[in-house]
Amino acid sequence: MGNFPDITTNLGDYADQFVSFLDTSLRGFFDLIYLLTSRMINVIDDFLVWLPWWVFIIAIILLGWYFKSIYAGLLFGVFIFLIGTFGLWADMMTTIAIIVTAVLTCLIIGIPVGILMAYNQGFSNVLRPILDAMQTMPSFVYLIPAIFFFGLGNVSAIFATLIYALPPVIRLTELAIRGVDKEVIESAQSFGSSRWQMLRKIQLPQALPTIMAGVNQTTMMALAMVVIASMVGASGLGEQVLVSINRIDIALGFEAGISIVFLAIIIDRITNGVADKFQKHRGAGE
Amino acid sequence: MTTKIRLENVSKIFGPKPKSIIPMVEQGMTKEEILKKTNHTVGVYNASLDVKKGEVFVIMGLSGSGKSTLIRCFNLLNKPTGGSIYIDDEDIVAYDNTKLKKMRQEKVAMVFQHFGLFSHKTILANVEYGLEIRNVSKEERREIAMKNIESVGLKGYEDKYPGELSGGMQQRVGLARALANDPDILLMDEPFSALDPLIRREMQLEMLDIQERLQKTIIFITHDVNEAFRIGDRVAVMKEGQVVQVGTPEEIIESPANDYISEFIKDIDRSKVFQAEHVMIKPNALVSIKDGLNVAVKEMRENGISSVFVVDRGRHLKGIVTIDDAVKGIKEKQSLEDVLRPDVTVVKQDEYISDLIPKALESSFPLAVVNDDNKLAGLILRVHVLSGLAPDDVDESEEYHG
Repeated sequence: MGNFPDITTNLGDYADQFVSFLDTSLRGFFDLIYLLTSRMINVIDDFLVWLPWWVFIIAIILLGWYFKSIYAGLLFGVFIFLIGTFGLWADMMTTIAIIVTAVLTCLIIGIPVGILMAYNQGFSNVLRPILDAMQTMPSFVYLIPAIFFFGLGNVSAIFATLIYALPPVIRLTELAIRGVDKEVIESAQSFGSSRWQMLRKIQLPQALPTIMAGVNQTTMMALAMVVIASMVGASGLGEQVLVSINRIDIALGFEAGISIVFLAIIIDRITNGVADKFQKHRGAGE
Repeated sequence: MTTKIRLENVSKIFGPKPKSIIPMVEQGMTKEEILKKTNHTVGVYNASLDVKKGEVFVIMGLSGSGKSTLIRCFNLLNKPTGGSIYIDDEDIVAYDNTKLKKMRQEKVAMVFQHFGLFSHKTILANVEYGLEIRNVSKEERREIAMKNIESVGLKGYEDKYPGELSGGMQQRVGLARALANDPDILLMDEPFSALDPLIRREMQLEMLDIQERLQKTIIFITHDVNEAFRIGDRVAVMKEGQVVQVGTPEEIIESPANDYISEFIKDIDRSKVFQAEHVMIKPNALVSIKDGLNVAVKEMRENGISSVFVVDRGRHLKGIVTIDDAVKGIKEKQSLEDVLRPDVTVVKQDEYISDLIPKALESSFPLAVVNDDNKLAGLILRVHVLSGLAPDDVDESEEYHG
């Protein structure tokens, strides 16, 4: 009696048709993206693998030292060394290459979009629910169209990562630009700044600490996608986790898992340190 | 003095359709009614003013009276809904973007209540900003900025960041930054309100100092009556978006236009508005140092006074001689210089009466008032200071005979 009436809508079919339509009509576009992205990942990956292992460890120590403290730097060096001893050096480099590519793409798309949203309320109103959907839709769902467009492999992984990790940088850029002190804006205006001068010399630098917080979040979310992305064929540490699940290999699972944790700690602390450096002179001045 | 800025019927209304509101204000609807009915805020309505070149023009009003809205019309941070603003006889409301930018870069600079400094830039870079966006060369803007930083007394701080400076110092940076552009007009939106009273006083004096040196036209916003009357050559009082009275501080105190203004100035301390030159009297007896004791005694006898100021040929004050000393000196064959008492209390003619009170209490002679060239301009009897700013009511001879 109380059963749901026999009405069906085929929203899913429409989504399917839409994806197929995109796939056929924009084939060339997707191929171009595929080419650029895979090239970028390969260049970064090749460079990192080519780098002598001790140069990489020293670089990490120096970064940690500069942005945090010498102790943090040394700890990061130990982490990287440990990952090497697990036999996961090359996998780590691939993972880093994927994350760097994903994050850079996020910034290239996200910061301008965030600025536009801050300038244009209408655009912001339209985009906000889309960003909400991007963040709350289960991330496995993006994997399907990703395969459609880019086949199995790292590029699909980047695409899925992008959709998941893009919202924070957009949101925080918008928030940061809108949040610049009104009197600071007025004073820049009162000197006759053009719109471009205002953005470049005042708004962006003032917004930078908050934007950096967005970069930090985006990076962490990209890292969180590493394992999921390996389901569409991304290589690297995530692939090792997936392999260990299939083989029920506790040892490999733990080693690959803890490596991801180490990377997460290092990347989080360093990007945080960068944000703090920008933050240094703020506070009483505003 | 020529007119630098002229406002004609300037109105500023905030909301989606500001122009449609003007007829309602004309019909006499109040701000609150309009806000309730149409969701528009009347910032300023029908303001007309003349600001003369080189004067400190103060706009005074309580919070919400529209004074900050009005000052932002002078550089079009707020574009007026109606009316015209003429600067050097050009209507700036009609300016296009290029002209407006040029005007802001070259003619008008602004100082803000909370300083509006760029916290990511050093003090030097802050002061350079206005020049930077005008594409002045690096060396030149550095030189100009350093000169201005020095002139507000912040030399040595140029590499610090605003957050590392106290409020008073930050506002000095704000001032230096505005002056670096060498504008004709300086807009100051409650520049000292965020500072504590001691610093505020110091900054007011410094601003007047700068004004005397550079002769800018200054529009100054404040909610503090005492501040307005202390620094303003002329003061405009605003209430609910309208200008209710314009005049010199003395004019407003003497004849407030309505009850609102009377109420406003009720608490004002008159001794902080009137200066020494307003209450001093011209000395009708003076003795030159060359004249000698006999002339001094004669002058005092003729004028019926008990002491007289002695000046040199350039009218610079040398001291005072009393009748008793003079008579005694003649008997003992002394010269005028021998009996001269140099310990006269000297005050500047622009000192406020409030500052004269303790000096008058300490001194046993009239106060000597000197002008900027240190020449004797007049004298103030102690009783004038103490009986409250009314020289006409006091009989001059009383104290002299005493």
